[in-house]
Amino acid sequence: MATHFSTLMTRSSPASARRVEPRVLDELRRYGYTEQAIFAVRLALEEALANAIHHGNHGDANKRVRVEYCIDDQRAVIRVCDEGEGFTRCVVPDPTRPENLEKPTGRGIMLMEAFMNEVRWNDRGNQVEMVKRNE
Amino acid sequence: MEPAQAHLDVERHDGVVVVSFLDRKILDELNIARIEEELFSLVDSEVKIRLLLDFANVEHLSSRALGTLISLMKRVRGQQGELALCHIAPRIFDVFQITRLDRSFQIFPGREQALAAMTPGQGPATT
Repeated sequence: MATHFSTLMTRSSPASARRVEPRVLDELRRYGYTEQAIFAVRLALEEALANAIHHGNHGDANKRVRVEYCIDDQRAVIRVCDEGEGFTRCVVPDPTRPENLEKPTGRGIMLMEAFMNEVRWNDRGNQVEMVKRNE
Repeated sequence: MEPAQAHLDVERHDGVVVVSFLDRKILDELNIARIEEELFSLVDSEVKIRLLLDFANVEHLSSRALGTLISLMKRVRGQQGELALCHIAPRIFDVFQITRLDRSFQIFPGREQALAAMTPGQGPATT
């Protein structure tokens, strides 16, 4: 199993973050991941990058987002790290509760957790690690 | 500057405004902001709009796009209009189900079923 992580640095802007996705998805295709798995990783990565840019770095273009990924034929591990102060997962409201259902925001983490096999944050809460198994 | 309606194809069928997305991915924020602007402009231009969004071309969609749909739903509701969605691919429908938004929107398998439900005299609207 590979343990070498490739690293990409991007500015805190959606336009810069666009460069990350093709690199990761090309690796998944190279190792024969299903279209369903690629769909899941693309969605989770998009959500993680959006969270890092907006909630972590508050859209500050001087701050960077670091993406590390390690992909082999067994699993894909992707880390997204921002320069923010971090957050605590358990204080994020459940978007499916009736009082939150029609709020326009707050679904990104739920989708990451639903589409990836594992999602965890570091203690500071500024880095998410996501795992998708090739199954 | 991009031309107006660059991200949407707009048609009319018996008083229903049918919008198809030209982008296959409604993921990144730059596209979503432009799509949102076009959709809101459409809704603001017609009181009591009956609006059908056809997702036939859409292969990917993010939580930010869901937020736009919710804001659009509120805007349509605010002017006593009607909003429905159709042709949602199974993977995208999963996103609606996981977030339980399949319960908030009128969703139809295809355009014909949606138009039949949204056109007066053609059949009851599904809630």
